[in-house]
Parts: sequence; structure tokens; C-alpha cells
Amino acid sequence: MASKIVTFTLNGRETEVMVKPLTTLAKALREKLGFTATKCGCYEGNCGSCTVIVNGEPVLSCILPVEEVEGQNVLTLEGITPAEGLHPLQQAFHENFAIQCGFCSPGMLMVSKALLDKNPHPTQAEVAEAISGNLCRCTGYDPIIAAVLQVAAGSNGNQGGSHE
Amino acid sequence: MSDQALNTVGKSELRRDGLSHVTGKTQYVDDIQFPDMLYLKMVRSPLHHARILGIDFSEAEKVPGFVRAFTYKDVPKNLYTILCLIGVGPDEEPVLAEKEVLYKGEQIAAVVAQSEEAAIEAAARVKVDLEELPAVFDVEEALKPGAPILKPWGTNYFVYEGHHCRRVRYGNIEQGFAQADYIVEGCYEPKPIEHAPLETTGCIAKPEANGRITVYTNTQALYFSMDNTALILNVPFNKLHFVGGTVGGGFGGKVDVIVEPIAALAAMHTGHPVKYLYTREEEFHVSSTRVAYRIYFKDGVSKDGHIVARQVTSYADSGAYNRHTPYAVTKHAANISGPYDIPNVHIDAHCVYTNRVPTSAMRGFGVTSASFATELQIDKIARKLGMDPFEIRLINAYRNGDMRPYQKVVGDATLVEVIQAAAGMAHHPLSERFQAMNSWDRANSPARPEPVSAEKRS
Ligand code: FES
Ligand code: FES
Repeated sequence: MASKIVTFTLNGRETEVMVKPLTTLAKALREKLGFTATKCGCYEGNCGSCTVIVNGEPVLSCILPVEEVEGQNVLTLEGITPAEGLHPLQQAFHENFAIQCGFCSPGMLMVSKALLDKNPHPTQAEVAEAISGNLCRCTGYDPIIAAVLQVAAGSNGNQGGSHE
Repeated sequence: MSDQALNTVGKSELRRDGLSHVTGKTQYVDDIQFPDMLYLKMVRSPLHHARILGIDFSEAEKVPGFVRAFTYKDVPKNLYTILCLIGVGPDEEPVLAEKEVLYKGEQIAAVVAQSEEAAIEAAARVKVDLEELPAVFDVEEALKPGAPILKPWGTNYFVYEGHHCRRVRYGNIEQGFAQADYIVEGCYEPKPIEHAPLETTGCIAKPEANGRITVYTNTQALYFSMDNTALILNVPFNKLHFVGGTVGGGFGGKVDVIVEPIAALAAMHTGHPVKYLYTREEEFHVSSTRVAYRIYFKDGVSKDGHIVARQVTSYADSGAYNRHTPYAVTKHAANISGPYDIPNVHIDAHCVYTNRVPTSAMRGFGVTSASFATELQIDKIARKLGMDPFEIRLINAYRNGDMRPYQKVVGDATLVEVIQAAAGMAHHPLSERFQAMNSWDRANSPARPEPVSAEKRS
């Protein structure tokens, strides 16, 4: 089958990528476009590490054909990292030791960002629910939940990200 | 110590790799790409135990993008054992299976292709002709007469200096039992556990212009991996350049040397960078697990709660090959008497081969499983004697100056203080006598049982 060009907005920029049919968004981002912040722990929709935000919703990029984001707004971890310093969630993850090996962190950060954008003051249970599709084998989750709650308490949960 | 200025102790230091992690700039193996990279997929055994009668690559070769297949004949030194570097032998695990496969998922042949899809397709089309053989999955069954024999030396156990198990002998076990008021037996079976790191095991081997191979790997044991790879490929160590240190979760699951040798071999033969990254399914199915044990205790205990004799017979399931398990069993044998001063100890710890996936290192391997069993056992003894579980530990805890059964004098005992602190945190009352105990002397402790001196060597 012939390759085709898919056009979408990636972190605020018009982006074109030429892909074979059924290429996943994760592969297009990572292998075609060089946006490797998005990680793939399973490539089969089970671990959450590949979570990106499409039109405000967290999605698993490893099982989403890139054709489906034609004309849509895609946000990855690269897109929420300010030119200087860190997004409040990144800062809180760093300070709360919500990262160990770091492999789940991009997905955790994106799913947390999607949560706070919609619900700036979640309860602990709501944070736990929001990250429940994202596996972390290192931290035991508590520091991650604490980091998200810390950002929410500072009511700065929906500030960061220059490309929304 | 007290007047020394401490810069870090008592403070939290932020991770030095934290900024890189939260911005997604950390580069893991799967983030590395080369334009002319090839992809390696493994043809694996679908059976637990089988004889290999033949391998047919003719259909695989027809897949567009197929580059080359590798069998054991391509591997300069196909048999290895990871721990040969610390003197463990003999070599017994093949990089690629030769005449026989010993576990489901064992590597038989590697297929290299220009795309991942082509490599998957080609590997799926390799036909392996296998004759199924009887398999054994239980450690004790594997040691019985008539069990299928898995090793060329004719037994299913690792040989420790001429013995069928790792032995510890201290005091006199029979006299110890004779002194005891009670005998308490127990059997404990810590299970295998998959580490399931979020990043799967993998590497990329890249040939350089100067003839060296650079290997980007997520191993937890960079030099171990490099040295084993050099031995397997029969090249000087300086032909290899290993780049690593960034591990997306390991927990002991990334200390085996499995992906690097075959990827480096494929890179040498094709002249291209070669990527061999486990799928999630492979990570679960074929990567080593924690060692499973079956541990039998027979303890002699006196009325006042002293363990005066301990006999342990344990069986570690090494799976099909050594990996790190023979070493784990030695640690297990050393630690199965627990942090307790037991005067008469007799340990037989077996490292047994079965047709299961090989087991290996995982967080505190050898020790964790021993602690699990030992602590359950002392609780059982406490229940049997109607004693407080904190107090029985304080009575038996070794103190500085005590001799461990493997002939090492304790110099850093802390168990008494740890149990006292744990009791405090758990709001568990301890009588004054137990609160006054310490790791430096036996004041306030009941008289220590006399070790029986005969046979007092390990
Ligand atoms: S990589 Fe997408 S869910 Fe695991
Ligand atoms: S930090 Fe390692 S998986 Fe979450």
C-alpha cells in the first residue's frame, strides 16, 4: 500500500509526515519526526507510557493510526516544556521524586496535564483514577500523586504549555 | 564521626538525571535510530524440551527486506555462562540452541531484516523441525531417578566444589536437636516473579569505521555484558565499546547477557547497525525471573525461645540454565539461618535445572527469599511457643562478635536496635529487659546456648 502524507498540528506547529497506512502516532512521532520524549513500554496499549494529548484528551499513541490525527491538535511532552525552566508539573515531579528510571514519566506527565486542564483541583482519588492506565514499576505511584496534588494546590495546574 | 560535617546525609538531593527525565530528553535505547539500521527478531522454541532435527530458512529468505539468518554455527564461542567472569563454570548456555532446546522460548535462530515488520515476518516463516522430549518442571521431581536429564554432565543440579548442593555445616546438628525442647518444621515456597521493567530489554550494535562495534544497551551490568560479549564473539575487549547506564527499570532483570552478543555478531556480519529489542511479550515470556525456591526447615528450639539447631534443605529452580542462580544459591545458603545466632546449623541448598525459563537476579537475590522464609519460620516458632514475635527475635538476634555459620564474625549487628525501633513505631510494648538489650553485649539476654564444638567448620 502506498504511503500518504498526514498533516496535523504538533505542539503548535503545522506538521507533515509521510507514512505507510496504519503507522501509529507513536511511531510517526518517534521514528519519523524525531519526537522521542513519548516512550513505548509495550507498543500494544497496555502501559500508558506513550500517552499524548490530542485535542485535550489523553490518548495512547501506540495504538492510534496517525491518519486519525489528520487536522487535529497533538501535544507531546516536548510541547509542554517551556523554553526556559520547567512546566509546574515537571517541576513537581522532579521535586517529589515522582521519577526514578524516568521511562513512565512522559506518559504520566501528559495524563496529569490532561487531568489538570479539565479539573484544576482534583481529589487524590481523581488523580489516582486519571493515572490508573499508566504503569510505573519504580515509584509506587504515591510520589506521582503527591506531585500532581502539589501543582493543583498551587492552582497553577493549567498554566504551562505555550502551545495549547 | 559526630564532628564531621555531612553535606548530604540527612538531606534530600534531587536526582541528577531528574531534569532530563521530566523533559523527556533522556535517551533510552529505543530512542536511538540510525538510517541504515537492521532489525533482529528471534526464532524461539515453541516447546519446553525438544531435539532440533533441522531448520529451514527457505521461506524466510523470500520475505522482501530479509538480510540474513544466524544459527549457533555463526557464533564463535556459542556456549557460555554469565558468571564465568567470577569463576563459575562450566559453560552451559548456548547463545543460539544447538541440538536441543530446554525451555519454551529458547533462542534458536536470529533473523535480520531491513524493517521490523520484515524481520517479524521472516522469523515467523522459519521452519524448525523439533522432536518433543519429556520435560520436568518441579525441582524435586528433577532430582528423582528417571527424570529427563538436562545437562551434559548427567545430572540436573549445579555442582558446588564436587558436591550436589551448596553446603553449610556448623556445630553439630544431631546434638543440637537432642538439646531442643521442641522441633518446629516448615516449608516455604517463594515464587518466580517477572521484573516487568517498563522499558524492555534491548540494544543496538553499530559497526564503526575503525572496526570496533559500539553497543548501545540498557543492561544493568555494562562491563559484565561487554566482557561476556567479547568472549562469545572471540574478539579482544577493545574491539567493543559499550554505551549505557540509562536503564528504564531493571530490578535485576537486565543483568543477564542475552541481546548484546547476538546483535553485535549480526552487526559484524552485515556491516549495519542492528537493533534487538524485546517485545513486551518477550520480556514476560523469555526474560529471566526471580528464582523460585522450595525451602524445608527443621528447627530445634529450647523452652526459652532459643533456636538451638537449624536444618534446611532447599531447592532453587534455576530453570534451564545457570544465569545468576548458582551464585544466588550460595548467598541463599549463607543467609537462610537468618540474622540469628544459631549454634548448630546444617544447610543443603540445591541449584536445580528444570525446563522452565531460566531464573536469575532480582533485588537482593538469594537473600530476599531466604529472609522471607526465615521470618515466616520464626513467627511460626513464636506461635508454637506462645511467645511475642518481637521478643523471640530479640532473644535470637546475633550480636557483634558472634560467629555466623559460614565462619564470619559479625561486626555490624543492628537487628536488636531495628526490632526495638520497629516495636516503638508499631506501638508494641516491650518489657524493660528487652528495651535494655543492645547489639554490643548480652546483658539482659538469656544465657546463650553453648555451641556444640564437633564438626565446627563450613
Ligand atoms: S506503549 Fe502505548 S500503552 Fe504501552
Ligand atoms: S519511574 Fe520507572 S517506571 Fe516509573
